[in-house]
Amino acid sequence: MSDYNNHLDNNDNGNGKNSFQERFNATRFLKIQDWNLMRLFLITVGIFIVMSLLMPTKFPRVLNFQSMGFQMSEIGILGIAMALAMITGGIDLSLNSVANLTGILCSVILTRLAGPNVAEPQVGLAVFLAIVIGLVIGIVCGLLNGFLIAYVGIPAMLATLGSMTLFTGFAFVITKGTGFFGIEAFQKIGNGYVAGIPIPLIIFAAVAVIMIVVMNNSSFGLKLYLLGSNPKASIFSGIDNRKVLLRTYALSGMLAALAGIVILGRTNSANPDYGASYVLQALLIAVLGGVNVNGGFGKILGLVLAVFSLQFLSTGLNMLLFRSPGANFFKMFSWGALIILFMIINVVSERRKQRASIKKPKPA
Amino acid sequence: MKKFLRTNEFYVAVILILLCVFIGIKSPVFFSLQNVFDLLRSSITMGIFAMGTLIVIISGGFDVSFTAIAVSSMYITIKILFAINYEGSFLVALIISALIGLLMGLINASIIGFFRIPTLIATLGTQSLFHGFLLFFIGSKYINNVPDGMLRFSRSNLITTVTPTGAITGLQSGILILVAVVIVVYLLLRFTMIGRNIFAIGGSREAAERSGINVIRTQFFIYGFVGMLAGIGGIIHGAHYKQGNPFDLVGTELNTIAAVVLGGALVTGGRGTVLGTLLGVALVVVMNNSLILIGVPSEWQKVVLGIILIIGTGIPAYQNMQAAKRVKTNLAE
Repeated sequence: MSDYNNHLDNNDNGNGKNSFQERFNATRFLKIQDWNLMRLFLITVGIFIVMSLLMPTKFPRVLNFQSMGFQMSEIGILGIAMALAMITGGIDLSLNSVANLTGILCSVILTRLAGPNVAEPQVGLAVFLAIVIGLVIGIVCGLLNGFLIAYVGIPAMLATLGSMTLFTGFAFVITKGTGFFGIEAFQKIGNGYVAGIPIPLIIFAAVAVIMIVVMNNSSFGLKLYLLGSNPKASIFSGIDNRKVLLRTYALSGMLAALAGIVILGRTNSANPDYGASYVLQALLIAVLGGVNVNGGFGKILGLVLAVFSLQFLSTGLNMLLFRSPGANFFKMFSWGALIILFMIINVVSERRKQRASIKKPKPA
Repeated sequence: MKKFLRTNEFYVAVILILLCVFIGIKSPVFFSLQNVFDLLRSSITMGIFAMGTLIVIISGGFDVSFTAIAVSSMYITIKILFAINYEGSFLVALIISALIGLLMGLINASIIGFFRIPTLIATLGTQSLFHGFLLFFIGSKYINNVPDGMLRFSRSNLITTVTPTGAITGLQSGILILVAVVIVVYLLLRFTMIGRNIFAIGGSREAAERSGINVIRTQFFIYGFVGMLAGIGGIIHGAHYKQGNPFDLVGTELNTIAAVVLGGALVTGGRGTVLGTLLGVALVVVMNNSLILIGVPSEWQKVVLGIILIIGTGIPAYQNMQAAKRVKTNLAE
């Protein structure tokens, strides 16, 4: 209670906003989050060192870094999309289906507009159109999710389970079960390099930087955190929760569409049921990155670190188990184990913190 | 009576009857004894899974790992029976599979009970864990036959009829297991202390805890029981298809969850009925098997399922929201 009064006092002073932010950041947020980030950073470095020591000739190589860069971008973008939904206290299980639907529709546009005998400028136009329309499709899918969650009142998990079925269904209707292909010009998005850096990695980095800025420095980001940590408080502070939710899911849908575009570019094919385990992986990355499943907390930077650590681990395991046929199954097993282990660690450390704060009450 | 007209069960029953009549008019094959038997047969496994899912949803939880449990128990049981060359009764297979399922369910329970990890995330994790464990440590090879006991079970029928074309079909005796499970779950939820506790936890965990209910013990019962049901459903599924496919079932959990939710179980917990769930299962099974009879192409079935799922969850959610608003305005006045 005394904390709360202090906040009000600070706000009443002339320099209210600044000192409020400073207090908020310095006393609570930074300390806790930084500890989480630090732990995550150490884990990432630790995995990297172990893998490098185990396979000094294979792991720490430029070629390996480049191939890891390709692999982690899609899942990184999906992870950020998942994190956004989770910070509001929801979840988005439809991400994968949005990505696949986008990939399929992009492929339809590309093959229709830029067939084999089409001049260069028109190919460029087709690629541009495909990307724009793809992102719009993602936004529309996300808006449907947001509408169902915010205005109809369906719990996020069920709404996105339903819309996932719907989007996958549409994907099946369009493809009739077969795979669709991209065009050569589009493959640069998924397979090209700029100055030795894979283009997907650049896209992922751009998304991460933009989202870090949005989450930390925009009113939208602030509203998102507030809505997630206490929806009632956010209504009473004049925020239209429903609008924020609608925008969040639209943004999350757009990011999923972007991932779909990258996937189409990299694999040059689009299937209704590609990457079914991506939703689980995105969830794992978000949880690993310190996003609270009950909403309100989570940093994009943590998520980026989680993507790196998981990629190091999964590539390393793949290299170690190269000759064993079940490497993929072992990965599945270890992902499941990891997600549970991390949730347990989070819960236990949270409990210890709570117990410590009960034992040593701060002087009022 | 008036109250009954407003329940979810009533809506689902009306939709189900309309759908059946519509399909029946368009394609008279639908009401043939053979088709009815086929539909009943394909609802056995889903019905058993749905009973488990119902219990979890009433308790306010969510379990997506039951398909992984089912396929693991089924596959491991078949492997064990082949390894010891056992050719006796199906009952033994059923018991082994149920025990393996129970064990996996208890793993779920300890993660959820002791650490209070959100059930969806815990079971998403264990789904991957169990299935990965099965495929990596036990085996990923397709087994194209099953032990004798299972074979005999899959061929046994309660009632047999001869179709006009001369083929013999019948009501598969697995339906008895489904009936038994339904009765047990009904009695459990209706007349036992543990059933009351499950409803109480789903209504409000906090209130349940304060009124002296041992939440962790109840959760152990719930997830253990659900795991056991998954084991039973899994082995029946394996017997029906006469194969041990380690990639089976996983990924179809949504169909079952959709059936339970359509049947009126409230996903936030505290509400759900056995009758509604059975109607929901019937609706999903009819849609999955019979839309093709009235000329809905198979690729549209997922779209239809998605729309029905959204509408089915949307209507009660919207009504709830409106009711909450009414309370609020009443209070304001």
